[in-house]
Amino acid sequence: MRYIPNSPEERAEMLNSIGLNKSAELFASIPDDLLLREHLNTPAALSELELLSRFERMGQRNAGPGRVSFLGGGAYSHYIPTIVDHIISRSEFFTAYTPYQPEISQGTLQAIFEFQTLVCQLTGMEVANASMYDGSTGLAEAVLMAERVTKRSRVIAAASVHPQYLEVVKTYVQHAGIELQLADFDKKTGQISSTLGERIDDQTAAIVVQSPNFFGCIEDVAALATLAHARGALMIVAVTEAISFGLLKPPGACNADIVVAEGQSFGVPLSFGGPYVGLFAVREKYARQIPGRLVGEAYDKQGRRGFVLTLATREQHIRREKATSNICTNEGLIALAATVYMETMGRKGIQEVAQQCAQKTAYAARRIGELDGFSLRFSGPRFNEFVVRGPAEATSQLRRLARDRAIDGGIALSRFYPDCENDFLVCVTEINSREQIDSLVEGLRDFSNE
Amino acid sequence: MANVPEDLHYSKDHEWVRPDGDVATIGITDYAQNSLGDVVYLELPKPGEEFATNESFGSVESVKAVSEVFTPVAGKVIEVNEQLNDTPEKVNSDPYGEGWMIKVRMASPGEVDSLLTAAEYEDFTKAESE
Amino acid sequence: MDIYFMKTSITKVSSHLSLNEHLIFERSQTGRIGYCLPPLDVDETPIDDILPANLRRDDDLEGVPEVSEVDVIRHFIRISTWNYSIDLGMYPLGSCTMKYNSRLNEKVARIADFANLHPLAVEQDAQGALQVIHELQECLAEITGLPGVSLQPAAGAHGEMTGVMMIRAYLDRRDGEGASANRRTMLIPDSAHGTNPASAHLSGFSVKTIRSNAAGLTDLDHLRELCAHGEVAGLMLTNPNTLGLFESNIKEICRIVHDAGGLVYMDGANMNALVGIARPGDMGVDVIHLNLHKTFSTPHGGGGPGSGPVCCTADLTPFLPKPLVIKSGDEFKLDSDRPHSIGRVKAFYGNYGMMLRALSYILTHGYDGLREATEAAVLNARYIAHGLASDYDKPFEGAPMHEVVFTDKRQTRKGVHTLDIAKRLIDYGFHPMTIYFPLIVQGAMLIEPTESVGRQELDQFVASMISIAHEAVENPDLVLNAPHSTRIGRLDEAAAARKPVLRWKPRAKADAA
Repeated sequence: MRYIPNSPEERAEMLNSIGLNKSAELFASIPDDLLLREHLNTPAALSELELLSRFERMGQRNAGPGRVSFLGGGAYSHYIPTIVDHIISRSEFFTAYTPYQPEISQGTLQAIFEFQTLVCQLTGMEVANASMYDGSTGLAEAVLMAERVTKRSRVIAAASVHPQYLEVVKTYVQHAGIELQLADFDKKTGQISSTLGERIDDQTAAIVVQSPNFFGCIEDVAALATLAHARGALMIVAVTEAISFGLLKPPGACNADIVVAEGQSFGVPLSFGGPYVGLFAVREKYARQIPGRLVGEAYDKQGRRGFVLTLATREQHIRREKATSNICTNEGLIALAATVYMETMGRKGIQEVAQQCAQKTAYAARRIGELDGFSLRFSGPRFNEFVVRGPAEATSQLRRLARDRAIDGGIALSRFYPDCENDFLVCVTEINSREQIDSLVEGLRDFSNE
Repeated sequence: MANVPEDLHYSKDHEWVRPDGDVATIGITDYAQNSLGDVVYLELPKPGEEFATNESFGSVESVKAVSEVFTPVAGKVIEVNEQLNDTPEKVNSDPYGEGWMIKVRMASPGEVDSLLTAAEYEDFTKAESE
Repeated sequence: MDIYFMKTSITKVSSHLSLNEHLIFERSQTGRIGYCLPPLDVDETPIDDILPANLRRDDDLEGVPEVSEVDVIRHFIRISTWNYSIDLGMYPLGSCTMKYNSRLNEKVARIADFANLHPLAVEQDAQGALQVIHELQECLAEITGLPGVSLQPAAGAHGEMTGVMMIRAYLDRRDGEGASANRRTMLIPDSAHGTNPASAHLSGFSVKTIRSNAAGLTDLDHLRELCAHGEVAGLMLTNPNTLGLFESNIKEICRIVHDAGGLVYMDGANMNALVGIARPGDMGVDVIHLNLHKTFSTPHGGGGPGSGPVCCTADLTPFLPKPLVIKSGDEFKLDSDRPHSIGRVKAFYGNYGMMLRALSYILTHGYDGLREATEAAVLNARYIAHGLASDYDKPFEGAPMHEVVFTDKRQTRKGVHTLDIAKRLIDYGFHPMTIYFPLIVQGAMLIEPTESVGRQELDQFVASMISIAHEAVENPDLVLNAPHSTRIGRLDEAAAARKPVLRWKPRAKADAA
């Protein structure tokens, strides 16, 4: 095996030098009846050439990647500068462990410190951690944190939060003594209903909204935060499309208390859903309640600046069952990718991407909305996604678009909401050219004439 | 060897008590601060909160450890050492002086007599570290 | 400092160009650009028609850096050189399994047909991706001897939470929720990783600690005593345990817990000692998580991404997270119709890119290579255990598996502690071992070389450790002030925690704050 440096001869010598004769003796502490008598029933070894062609063949069974895509819904196609993959492919970053030894981990630590700073800047918050697994688990951790901070047990979440995020929250809180209530959205605007305020009481730990929400509509976070704060509840904002930070008023400026976001849009490939990276930011007063790792500035005896993991007493390895979370390994390398992306795009680039998304989406929505038989289901302001109501069942129409025009035209909402069979969610980003948008419109026009 | 002032009363959780009438000043011992290491943060109660004997009234954090602190005597908190918010290191440098944590009005001032004397506490820590 | 290296033949470290580099924010210059997008090709809509001003940000992203592409490259390449990494040398962190991360696996994960696949692509458009998941599930089921597999958890702790929630769901269903409410104790050995009790807590269990005996193994009598109370939901056990010792009584341990009506959870962090040799399923384990970023070589990436698959018995399979990838005829499907499932633990299907790498690892090794890797890993650890026995205190007699624990007991006499030894090891060119873990061993040094280290490097490591043991006697200050060869010295972590600075701020704002 080429990854094992010692040859069989060397290993035999090493065995002898420690007083053993054969490899089997290394496992003497395992009872005989537990030792495998035969080899594992897994495939035989493949050479590099065989292996690559095997994976390439499997890859060809994925029809999606060859198509023009308007799929969003929590995972987005954006332009990724070439240098992102180059930098995260540096051995020094990707083959390092969690930076427990700061003297020889300053590269990772400084990058995380920059990540935390950028997350604060984009979200408008004061403290950000070193990352969560993704947006969905980050949201679940935010809900648990709200319960810890307020010592209240009811959480009201907007029904327009990503359905899979809601499922994850439900799983996490099922044994935490937290009651999760869903608040409906306005069927016309797609935004959270203004009657939400009436449901908030002194047992409400937090209200949770996503903005832009799963249907692409932007919520009035500031107004909702006022309602929450009036009853002493926290305002949790989830964002699945991080590019929206380049244009929308940041949740921090809308008085959010906890902001979680999926960072995939920042230079991370779709990769069938992971690995992505969760952004998690809070108000300064909650810094000691935040889950996950934090990097802080520190100095050595000579006064040289460096960075260390800090406030570790919140974490599982010290506080064990009383920790703020059980999270340990997070998404370090993906956080690095996001950091490289944010810095490369920079102040201007992040805004330009966001503006292009909004402009192209406005164009696409207008064109599609003009088609006979098609309408835009919600009137609320949008960023880069919107729900289209078609003349017939969306699943089969999308199937035909894929087959006949090689376009993935959107996500059929019936996957998540069985009563929305004619609705589909369209996402347009800076990588969709006008030509692509026009061909989607033409493809849909075929259906409106049927 | 840890410093154990003669005139104080001690608990087996390594707190000290300095009674003055019905008011008791409470902190942690030199031995405790030494085994915790550099104190970086304290979580202390607010004035007005009441605690039973041996109830946790807060926690002391060092870089790599957290330790709860307990009331050796029952009573109502009348003052909290706010200085420690900014200078938690006082717990290390002056555990019996500027590192004090809370003052409580004791429910029954006689309770201090059930605590360890300096000599008893010294023996106790010796046994514990062996 | 260089004179000390001259004393031995250990010449792994010498001074090296290390460029200083500020934070990117301090490099930023107004007007610099690092990207290029095509111009907007649709008719522009007035921005106020798209979004009212009160919903738009008005800070022009103040503070976000403005840098060129060259700035970004230099910035990251410079700071990258401040890191130690597996590709640079031995990284013997115990219980972390820092083995070689093959470039081939990286190439596989970047195949465009996988990397560009949207997670909400419909099943029939993602057959290749689902096939990879299914094949990996089958391999992991075979390796662990446990037939039910979910790849959804994103890391080891996430897998633990998942596994423990499955135990809770199983008990609730078996006993009814009323009776199950009396079964809320999770037993966890005192040597366990801190994630175990934290994960148990998330499922509503309270934790009782089991003592280790003098041999460093689970104290069976204590286990029996704790199980006698009747409220035991289960046991979370690491095997080999965090002292590197195989729990030889594992079958008896499982029997005791099962007889008490509980289930056995195994923390698979240490599976690198077992793959191809013995299987948790055969030992009586009910559910286990694996760390693909340990045993199956997916890169640690400076702290993730990980991947923490859960494998379980047929009895527990109905409780696995949903959806589950299943094969039906020649087609792969996402099965969401699982009424007893604990639910979804992550959006989409888990850290898919890690699954590609892990399957690539398994296929590159083949069944014989997997066993060979395990043998080589255990041999390397045993070789170190042998090499250090005369200079360091080894608290447990038993022969270690893939990792071995030593202590600083002999060195403390001169005031040199584990932390100092670890820091001094850096000067010899090695990443330190895991220190002060497990918690039950005073001054623990937990060393796991993995199979990815050759004999010469093992010899150098042993010689370095012995040299440090001598230094601890002859020149303790040298060790106490280590490291001497790094660009910064030991940082004042207490000051950092007292007044945490967790983000950069522009100078004027920082002064005002």
